[in-house]
Amino acid sequence: MKKMYFREWAIESPKYWGILAFLGLFIGAAALSVLYMEHEGHYVTGMNNQVVWGTPHVFAVFLIVAASGALNVASIGSVFGVKLYKPLAPLSGLLAIMLLVGGLLVLVLDLGRPDRLLVAMTTYNFKSIFAWNIYLYTGFMVIVAAYLFTMMERKANQYTQQMGLLAFVWRLALTTGTGSIFGFLVARQAYDAAIMAPMFIIMSFSYGLAFFLLMLIYTFKAEGRPLGDMILHRLKNLLGVFIAAVLFFTIVYHLTNLYVTENHALESFILVSGGGYTLAFWVFEVFLGGLLPLAILFHPALGINRNWIVGAALLVLLGGLAKIFVIIIGGQAFPMALFPGQTVIESSFGDGINGQAAQYMASLPEVLLGFGGVALAIAGTLVAVRLLKFLPRALDDESLDTQVAKH
Amino acid sequence: MSKSEVHTSEDQVNASRRSFIGKTAALTTAAIAPGLFLHTSAGARDPSQAVTDKVRWGMLIDTNKCADGCTECVSACNKENGLPDHGRPASDPQWIRKVKLRDNLTGRETNLPMLCQHCEHPPCVDVCPTGASFKRADGIVMVDRHVCIGCRYCMMACPYKARSFIHETITEKPTHAPRGKGCVESCTLCVHRLDRGETTTACAEACPHQAILFGDLNDPNSELAQRLKSEPSRQIRADLQLNTGVRYTSI
Repeated sequence: MKKMYFREWAIESPKYWGILAFLGLFIGAAALSVLYMEHEGHYVTGMNNQVVWGTPHVFAVFLIVAASGALNVASIGSVFGVKLYKPLAPLSGLLAIMLLVGGLLVLVLDLGRPDRLLVAMTTYNFKSIFAWNIYLYTGFMVIVAAYLFTMMERKANQYTQQMGLLAFVWRLALTTGTGSIFGFLVARQAYDAAIMAPMFIIMSFSYGLAFFLLMLIYTFKAEGRPLGDMILHRLKNLLGVFIAAVLFFTIVYHLTNLYVTENHALESFILVSGGGYTLAFWVFEVFLGGLLPLAILFHPALGINRNWIVGAALLVLLGGLAKIFVIIIGGQAFPMALFPGQTVIESSFGDGINGQAAQYMASLPEVLLGFGGVALAIAGTLVAVRLLKFLPRALDDESLDTQVAKH
Repeated sequence: MSKSEVHTSEDQVNASRRSFIGKTAALTTAAIAPGLFLHTSAGARDPSQAVTDKVRWGMLIDTNKCADGCTECVSACNKENGLPDHGRPASDPQWIRKVKLRDNLTGRETNLPMLCQHCEHPPCVDVCPTGASFKRADGIVMVDRHVCIGCRYCMMACPYKARSFIHETITEKPTHAPRGKGCVESCTLCVHRLDRGETTTACAEACPHQAILFGDLNDPNSELAQRLKSEPSRQIRADLQLNTGVRYTSI
C-alpha cells in the first residue's frame, strides 16, 4: 500500500456552514424541547407510569449501540490487521465518540433530574448495571480518544495495536452492558432474556457500520475525494453479513420465547396483535430494515450501485430504530404478569385491563430530542474532520494496494 | 389529749398521705402506660434511636374482606401523603391502587389493594444507579429524594408496578412527605408515622372492612405474625423469590 496521507475536510465554507446551520436547527429544536419537558414535567410527553422509557430512550440506546459499532472498522484494521481498513480507522474512532456523545446527551436530558448529573457521577450502587454503564461509557470515550491519538501522532503509532485491542474489548463490554440493562429485568416479560447482550452486540455491528458507510460516502462525495469501489464493496458486504446476523438473533429471540408457554401472549402481541408494534416489527424491523437492504446489498446490479448502497444503509438505520422501538416501548406496553392465571378487570393504574396494552404515543418534543442527538453526533463529526486530519486524501482503488486488498 | 386520740390523728394523716401517693402513682401510670405499652407491644422505637432489623414492618391483606368499589385506602393514602389528582391516571402518582381480578378458569372475582410490596430483596434497589432506592433495616423500601436522578430504571425493574414518577410540578406537599418533580416515589408504609412511634398506616386505619392488617412480621406475638402463622397467605409473584413484606389471603 502506498503511503497514506490524511487531510482536513475542505469543502467550501458556505456549504460547510450551511450544513452546520441545518444540523443546528435540529440541535436547537432539541434544546427547546428539553427546556419544555423539564419545565412542564414529563406529563407533556407520551411517557407515563407504565411506559416509563419513551422515544428519547429509543434514540439514546440506538446511538449508544451504533457508537460501539462504528468502531468496528478501526478494530478490523488494528486488531485483526487488515491493512486495507487502516486508513478508515481515524474516522471510525471519531464517529464512535460522537455517536456516544449524542446518545448520552439524549439519555441524560431525559432524566427527571438532569441537574443531578453530578450525583450520578459521584454516587454509585455497583450492583446496578446502569452504574457500570456510566464507567463503560466514559471509559469508552477516554480509551477511543487515546486510540485516536496513537493513530494520529506519529510518535505514538507503536501503541496503536494495543490501544485498538483495548478499545475493541471495551466496546464489547459496553454493548454487553447496554443489552444487559434489559437482559436482567425479571419484571417484564419482553426482557429478562440473556440473549439481549449478544443481540445488542450484533445490532451495534450493523447500525455502527451503516452510520460509518454513510458518513464516509457523504464526506468524500461532498468534497470530491476519490472513493474507490473496492473498499466500498468490502464494507457493504460486511454490512450485509451483519444484517443477516441481526435477523438471525431476532429469530432466535422470538423462537426461544415461543418455546416457553408463558411467553406466548407476549409473542402474539409483538408478532400478531400489537397494532403499531406488530407493524413496526414486520414492516420496519424485518422487511425494510432487514430483508430489503440484504437483498439490495447482495443484488448483482443494485449492490454495486453507490446510491443503492446508501439507500440500504439508511434502511438499516430505520430498521434499527424500529427494532429498538419494539424492544423498549413494545416491551413496556405489554401488560406485566402481575397475577398469572387471572385477568385484571378493573384498575385505576392500567395494569393491562382485559389484557390491553398500555398506551403510548410519542410526543413531538421527544422526537425532536432524539433527532437532536443524531444531529449533534453528525455535526460533531463534521466539525472534527474539518479541523483535524481524520480523512484519508484518497481511497480510490489505485491508492489502495491490490495486494493488501487480497489480504 | 389521750394516747389513743394521738394515734387516731397520726393514722388519719398517714392514710391521707398514702392515698395521695397512691393516686399520684396511679395517675402517672395511667399517663405513661399507653406509650410504654405501645412501644413494647408493637416494637415501635424511640425516634432518637437508629432503625434496627429487630422489626420488619409488613401487612396482611384479606382479599375476602376487601369490598368491591371501595377506595377508602386509596383516598386515605392520597390525603396522608398529599398525592395530587390531575385527572391523568396514567401519569398521576398512585402509591396504592385498587385492582379487581377474575380467575381465568373459575371466574371468581377478587378485589385487592396493590402497593409497594416492600421486598426483602427488592429489584428496584438492585438496579438503582445512585443508590437512591434503598431498604431500611426495618424492611421499608424507600427512595432518597435527594439522590434520585429520575432515570426510572427502578420502575422498569419493579415487578409490581408499584412506583410512580412525578410527572408534574408539585405546588403543595405535607412536611412529612417531601416530594419533587422528576423523582420516583412509592408507598413508604407511612414511615413518618412509624418514626413518630405510631404503629399503623393511613390505609390500614382507613379500611372500613379491616381488610388491611399492619404490624411487625418479626414479633411472634403480633396479631400480624399470629394470623400469618395460622392462615394461608401468599406473595404476589412468589416465583421471583423476593420475600415480600406484604402478603395476601384468598387470591
